[in-house]
Amino acid sequence: MSLALIRLDDRLIHGQVVVGWGQPLNVAFIVLVDDEVRESVWEQDLYRMGVPPQIEVVFASIAEAAHLLADWEADPRTGILLAGDIDTMSALVGSGRIRRVNIGGIHHRAGRSERLRYVYLTDEEATKLRRLASNGVEVTAQDVPTARAVPIGEFL
Amino acid sequence: MNEPLRGVIVSHADLAEALVSAVRAISGVDGALQAVSNEGCSPSALAARIEAAIGKGPALLFVDLPGGSCLTSAVRSARGRSELAVVTGVNLAMLLDFVFHRDLSPAEAARRAADAGGRAIRTPAA
Repeated sequence: MSLALIRLDDRLIHGQVVVGWGQPLNVAFIVLVDDEVRESVWEQDLYRMGVPPQIEVVFASIAEAAHLLADWEADPRTGILLAGDIDTMSALVGSGRIRRVNIGGIHHRAGRSERLRYVYLTDEEATKLRRLASNGVEVTAQDVPTARAVPIGEFL
Repeated sequence: MNEPLRGVIVSHADLAEALVSAVRAISGVDGALQAVSNEGCSPSALAARIEAAIGKGPALLFVDLPGGSCLTSAVRSARGRSELAVVTGVNLAMLLDFVFHRDLSPAEAARRAADAGGRAIRTPAA
């Protein structure tokens, strides 16, 4: 089954990921791609607290993830890959192995405007997402599996 | 006398607000608890909400789940600060006990809350 969900979410590991997606997908591993978290054992312990012990959590830098994507895709278990920001996801897409990106949550901050209830973007961020789509990546927004996957063309 | 502890409930959706309302209705105590929802929040926005609710402290942070965005933001806020402590699995029983025992240290209050909350979970014969 490999990576069933490749998700952009500024909260990284949280309830929607572990319960909302993890339960129906029967997820066996979660890959968290973030250069800062990769360097902090304390942060890693914090994120692990939200994950049942039967689910493996892998922490990777962007460079490590680009190198290991093929292995995760070949894994017979079902996994979820998470990135917390658009630049990280764009770098991973640049490896050429990612065809679909789920936007699960990019929340409000100064300079961003609402595109969906759970998606706020600056104009520059919107341009970066459009660039992913124009490069052949299927970009949709969907916070939980029971919601509709909204194509990027409907909110950008 | 030390400043009494403030309770800050950090939850998904409207749970925290509902718990504050229930505690007020049952105990008659008002002003001891603050509700924080993670609704629509990035991690930094949730941290700002928690800080605003803590005020000057001291405070005990009650978190709904033992993992996830509410917990990570609460633990980051409390890291290295002896005037703050965190307890997870918030329930009405632990909050009702807390509002009448706010003169403890944050660490002591956290242990007491965990005990009170745990004692409330039973499987009575029906």
